[in-house]
Amino acid sequence: MTTATERSVPKPVFTDAEAGAKEFPDSTARRFNYYVPQKRKQTHYEDVTVEVQPDPRHYLAQGWLYGFSDGRGGYPLDWTVLKAWGSDRPEPVRGPGSGGKGYEWPAHGWHEFRDPNEEWELSLYRYNANVVRQVGQNVEAARRSKAFGQWNPNWVRFVERHVGAWMHVDHGLGLYLFANANRRAPTNMHNNAISVNSMHRIRAAQDLALYGLTLSEEIDGFDGSAHLDAWNSDPAWQGVRETAERLTAVDDWCEAVFAANVVFEPLVGELFRSHLVQHAAPRNGDFVTPTIVGAEEYDFSERDLRYTKAMFELLTADREFADHNKRILHSWLADWVPASIAAARALQPLWSQPDAKPPRFEDALDSAKSRFAGIVTDLGLETPKELAQ
Amino acid sequence: MSRQSVARAHQKIQELSWEPMYHEPVSHYGTDYTFRKAQKKDPLKQVLRSYFPMQEEKDHRVYGASDGAIRGNMFRQVQERWLEWQKLFLSIIPLPEISAARAMPLLFRTVPNPELHNGQAIQMIDEVRHSTIQQNLKRLYMNNYIDPAGFNSSLRNFQNDYCGTIGRQFAEGFITGDAITAASIYLTIVAETAFTNTLFVAMPAEAAANGDYLLPTVFHSVQSDESRHISNGYATLLMALADEGNHQLLERDLRYAWWNNHRVVDAAIGTFIEYGTKDRRKDRESYAEMWRRWIYDDYYRSYLVPLEKYGLVIPHDLIEEAWNQIWNKGYVHEVAQFFATGWLANYWRIDPMTDKDFEWFEHKYPGWYDRYGKWWENYNRLSTPNGHHPIVAEDVDYQYPHRCWVCMVPCLVREDMVMAEVNGQWRTYCHEACRWTDVEAFRPTYQGRETPNMGQLIGSREWETLYHGWNWADVVSDMGFVRDDGKTLVAQPHLNLDPSKMWTLDHLRRMDPLLSPNVLLNEMTDEERNAFHAAYIQGGPAGRPARTDA
Repeated sequence: MTTATERSVPKPVFTDAEAGAKEFPDSTARRFNYYVPQKRKQTHYEDVTVEVQPDPRHYLAQGWLYGFSDGRGGYPLDWTVLKAWGSDRPEPVRGPGSGGKGYEWPAHGWHEFRDPNEEWELSLYRYNANVVRQVGQNVEAARRSKAFGQWNPNWVRFVERHVGAWMHVDHGLGLYLFANANRRAPTNMHNNAISVNSMHRIRAAQDLALYGLTLSEEIDGFDGSAHLDAWNSDPAWQGVRETAERLTAVDDWCEAVFAANVVFEPLVGELFRSHLVQHAAPRNGDFVTPTIVGAEEYDFSERDLRYTKAMFELLTADREFADHNKRILHSWLADWVPASIAAARALQPLWSQPDAKPPRFEDALDSAKSRFAGIVTDLGLETPKELAQ
Repeated sequence: MSRQSVARAHQKIQELSWEPMYHEPVSHYGTDYTFRKAQKKDPLKQVLRSYFPMQEEKDHRVYGASDGAIRGNMFRQVQERWLEWQKLFLSIIPLPEISAARAMPLLFRTVPNPELHNGQAIQMIDEVRHSTIQQNLKRLYMNNYIDPAGFNSSLRNFQNDYCGTIGRQFAEGFITGDAITAASIYLTIVAETAFTNTLFVAMPAEAAANGDYLLPTVFHSVQSDESRHISNGYATLLMALADEGNHQLLERDLRYAWWNNHRVVDAAIGTFIEYGTKDRRKDRESYAEMWRRWIYDDYYRSYLVPLEKYGLVIPHDLIEEAWNQIWNKGYVHEVAQFFATGWLANYWRIDPMTDKDFEWFEHKYPGWYDRYGKWWENYNRLSTPNGHHPIVAEDVDYQYPHRCWVCMVPCLVREDMVMAEVNGQWRTYCHEACRWTDVEAFRPTYQGRETPNMGQLIGSREWETLYHGWNWADVVSDMGFVRDDGKTLVAQPHLNLDPSKMWTLDHLRRMDPLLSPNVLLNEMTDEERNAFHAAYIQGGPAGRPARTDA
């Protein structure tokens, strides 16, 4: 005869602890009540993002607890010279009997920024997983249909050197500008948007690198390391490289994001991707590369530029510091526009390298300038005279 | 591209990094550690092509389970005792997660290894995932659990409540000070490698036992990312160990990080697991048993000790002392008792313990009833308003404790309290290790060595001081812990939602004002202060004041 020993497991208990089971104070107060939404109703994105990064000017009663060696903690507003309304308000002073209240939320204008892409984990993984899947499928379909065999030899050289060289820009800016900047901004909404931007760039860099690996396997004579030589010593790339390196050296996080996304990307990134690679590739028998590069182009034009514009529009229309911000942004334009145009012009020899030529460089640059001028105007800024260079 | 092996793909992406030729990247963060360039590998070979779909798949599972929980009326089986403590936990944890994301750039310029930077960037976005997925879980609780109060005001509460402030160290410690101390030793070597086991594995198991299978769903998904983070930290640690000049700093930082994590995490998670559960099966593991398994055996003996041969000086004494605190000195019980003493200054409801709970505690921690039983009976007796004050203002043989200036958990194991005068202020510390952290470790010189990059402990570190002399009703109003009728407190010392049984501001108005122990301490003469200290360390356990007839 066997005896069954009862397993030791927790027993389900009916608790009736679901919403609506009883009425009492707060029983229907089912929304986060510590922030004011941008629009009439709180969004899912706002709920999972707003106020996670605290601020001693409103709720952080005991202030920051850990500081750097200079005694400063948290996310100092003066890590950029730009200002949002309220930036000059001092942090509340705490002491015996001071209480813990700060200014009314949001305390200053930085907290008014919302990422129009509403990026949080669900959206960013869906988006990027879709991109890598589609890119992978595009390349695999091309491989199966022997599409790479249609490339003319000059185009093979062009892709291995020059398309390959761009991955270094993506990687460098993704890590050392954008990922770096995700520690610098004063709100969670800024830093999350910037960190997603960082992943777009790093993913795009890896997309290109792994594409190169496939091409090494599929095309006889494809030199998978030629991009290193182009990046390290081809004079056509040294202007881009110098500007990219300079971008990673910027101390001010707003300047870094502004210079990269408002100036460098439209004048150099889109010039290279849209006006050179996308236009030249089909004429040279390549329908695959534009799908890889196009994914990155979409990242920038439809998502990264979108949040960047929302971020700087708030600052150029700020109720207290609009003039201050515009003055500084104009000075940044005066600095970064010539550098970017010089980098763009240094790329000009690339336009003559494919057998089937893309539209003229000057026409492409004019289009890029026009696009850039539109972005600057949308931000309420004046087109810099340096654009004529 | 899918045909390529992960190893080849990972090898290929190493071609992406480059040495600057024209401008050095900006260097925002300093360290006193020195690193030589080394080709330490990322053993997990992280590549975004496989990473993004993997995370998306994990998301599918999490959100599918969330949907199922709502459709299946999970909240009809959730223990309120448990969910109430989640109001504290889920208000704290999204900030440490996002702070870990913000910490990654601290390592870019200080650890010269581009292969590791790639892993750190992926960790950055993992942490964005963790922070927002946890916020989302809290939002789901707010929408579907019977009592949304405390969830609905979560992040405001977290930022101005003393428990939130204690928890905030587990975030701010990652992002400031010496870059390696913060983002590597404190974050990855100790917090992630040691304490996420109790946070994200042990605690979700207890959630499931209390009818909540969403916490395990979310947090096991989070924990599945941690192995990559642990790998990042391990590679950095090996690079640091390669330079003997770092050994002294590693010893300092391990001592600080270990002790602070123990003080903060064991206080919170220990309380949630032991006092937030209704599962009193005698054979379910206690927090002490979990700690012994996950932290002592898995972390200390299996991870740390083998590093000794590389020159790492391991704080054996502090690891044994942490166990001593948990097992012999009742650290978790002292903390839970304090949280319950100060229930009115918080934003969740704390269920009284019952005879069944007493029996379990006595079984797991022999001698528990003699120490804590009488106090919890008083807690139960005083839980609904009936002409008396909240327990903090009643005579229940409990001396309100002084606050530890470093870990900000009060000095609950009375015999261990030490004091020091620092920058003209008398400070109290819960333990010699916390005094050492303030007086010796967080200083610009350490054992005669210049440490100019070491951080500082800053801020208004005693919550009570902010409200010194205030009426309790005004304190709670100032913090905003009041329900939508304008008078009923969010916090309650019981689970009864009958409005006639709930405490209001009117009840608090009758109490004597709140006084800051630290302000009072600094008003004492030297003689009075010495006498006070001598008496304080004679007190306890369970907060009992020293007997004057002894």
